[in-house]
Amino acid sequence: MNRRRFLRSLGLAATTPASAILAACSSAPRRGAAHVVVVGGGYGGATTAKYLRMWSAGRIDVTLVEREARFVSCPMSNLVLAGLRTLDDLTASYDRLRTRWGVRVINDEVAHIDVARRKLRLARNDGIGFDRVVLAPGVDFLTEQVAGLAGNFERIPHAWKAGPQTELLRRRIEAMPEGGVFALHVPKSPYRCPPGPYERACLVAHYLRARKPRAKLLLLDANSEIQSKRALFAAAFAGPYKDIIEYRPDSTLLSVDAQTLSAELEFDRVRADVLNVIPPMRAGRLVDSLDVPLTNGRWADVDWRTMEVRDRPGVHLIGDAVLAAPGMPKSGHIANQQAKLAAAAIVELFDGRSPDPVPTLLNTCYSFVDDRNAIHVATVHRYDAAEGTVLPVAGAGGLSSTASEEEGHYAAAWARNIRADMLA
Amino acid sequence: MTGKSTLAALCLLAGTTHAAAPAAMHARNLAANCTPCHSPDAPAPNAIPRIASLPADRILQRLQAFRSGNAPATVMHQIVRGYSDEQLALIATHLAASPDPAFDQR
Ligand code: HEC
Repeated sequence: MNRRRFLRSLGLAATTPASAILAACSSAPRRGAAHVVVVGGGYGGATTAKYLRMWSAGRIDVTLVEREARFVSCPMSNLVLAGLRTLDDLTASYDRLRTRWGVRVINDEVAHIDVARRKLRLARNDGIGFDRVVLAPGVDFLTEQVAGLAGNFERIPHAWKAGPQTELLRRRIEAMPEGGVFALHVPKSPYRCPPGPYERACLVAHYLRARKPRAKLLLLDANSEIQSKRALFAAAFAGPYKDIIEYRPDSTLLSVDAQTLSAELEFDRVRADVLNVIPPMRAGRLVDSLDVPLTNGRWADVDWRTMEVRDRPGVHLIGDAVLAAPGMPKSGHIANQQAKLAAAAIVELFDGRSPDPVPTLLNTCYSFVDDRNAIHVATVHRYDAAEGTVLPVAGAGGLSSTASEEEGHYAAAWARNIRADMLA
Repeated sequence: MTGKSTLAALCLLAGTTHAAAPAAMHARNLAANCTPCHSPDAPAPNAIPRIASLPADRILQRLQAFRSGNAPATVMHQIVRGYSDEQLALIATHLAASPDPAFDQR
């Protein structure tokens, strides 16, 4: 049978693109085919699902379980706070993963993972079995570490997971009185998106400067210095925002009062009109079903050749939940790279071959400092067999020399392009 | 052959024809470092230049110009320093040979 007849017997035209055939190869798991379940459809999980289908050329069945019906991006959500983007701009559908790539997308929540039996229990649908599972659960907040914070995210938004919280904080900022105070608390590292809090400070200050010129922004950092792109953010705080932003390092937050919007710090006490606390965080609680020790009780360690959780073969973990390798940030870009590392390894392992012996990852984080100008930090990371971990490549990467409009254009393009890399 | 078994065979075929040799697999993985910014699926027009489907020698020539500082760059000069000349050649060859990662050229 030639290709044309072969395809016609399937009701497909000979000109059918391979990706459409890929889509037909799946939908429901086929008997005998390898089946991978990906849990979590963020930057890491969605990329894993697409690349598993692409790189296995449809031989691996992929199910993606995601709690939300649509994808919402955390990167760029600080622009929403400044009124420069809408939440809609950051929202995308999972449809192309279904129709182009043949991923089965289930809108549900995982209740439990049974590693020994290779089964997942779901909250609403029937349980599903897997040959391998890729967990991309992101972070959960350690709300209880700040007294008075639990149950008060309406009054004291975090806006550190994009969605309703982002819009809530935007409304609070708009409703702020003239000459009011916006207080933003940064938790101790490591946390999701190292430059994010400082970008947020810049963008909120950018809005305040135009709309509420007498307002102040208190940046209360539990760390002793700016955690990313230090010189560049310091230049913005000391330059265009010097009359608005006051940066206070070593400001460990002890408790908050949701009634008065005041914050009790180790050496200080502040009252704000808008209080934005980014809570301390840990690996998404889903990892607790794996019953592995977490570093500092927070992050799970992985084998960097496959992204498998230590001592849990067949269970891969990617994204912010992973105990980061030296110099590696918790970013959406790194999650994209870990996703491809995991997908590549899984395809090789199913084919009975060894995974790539020197996996390499590249990170770039762009931050806007106002409506037009952006800055970046870039790093390249490579597996070091002697060290058994991934290390930054010496001499590679770096920072922007200065904030620029050119990089503002690249930052906006990055957001669209990485989304296409994962969802188109 | 029934439609179903034909489909199964086709899916199998789609896989076997693309089982990557170790070197090709490594090249593909390295090139996937670039696609968050240079995705072949990225919408047009685009501030970040499109590189998939450029000839390999042209890609390599640009990468070398970034390395030597002969091409103006905001970020690429920092990125290329993370790769050896051999790795950049692998990446360029892979990108040029696979304009569409959906292997539509089959
Ligand atoms: C963070 C986004 C980003 C990543 C990741 C990235 N690039 Fe680039 N690339 C750019 C930008 C931006 C430019 C324009 C030059 C500049 O400002 O650095 C560019 C330009 C190029 C060009 C020149 C194209 C032309 O026609 O002028 C080539 C070739 C290239 N990149 C290849 C690569 C390769 C290969 C990789 C992976 C190893 C890569 N890029 C990773 C953003 C990126």
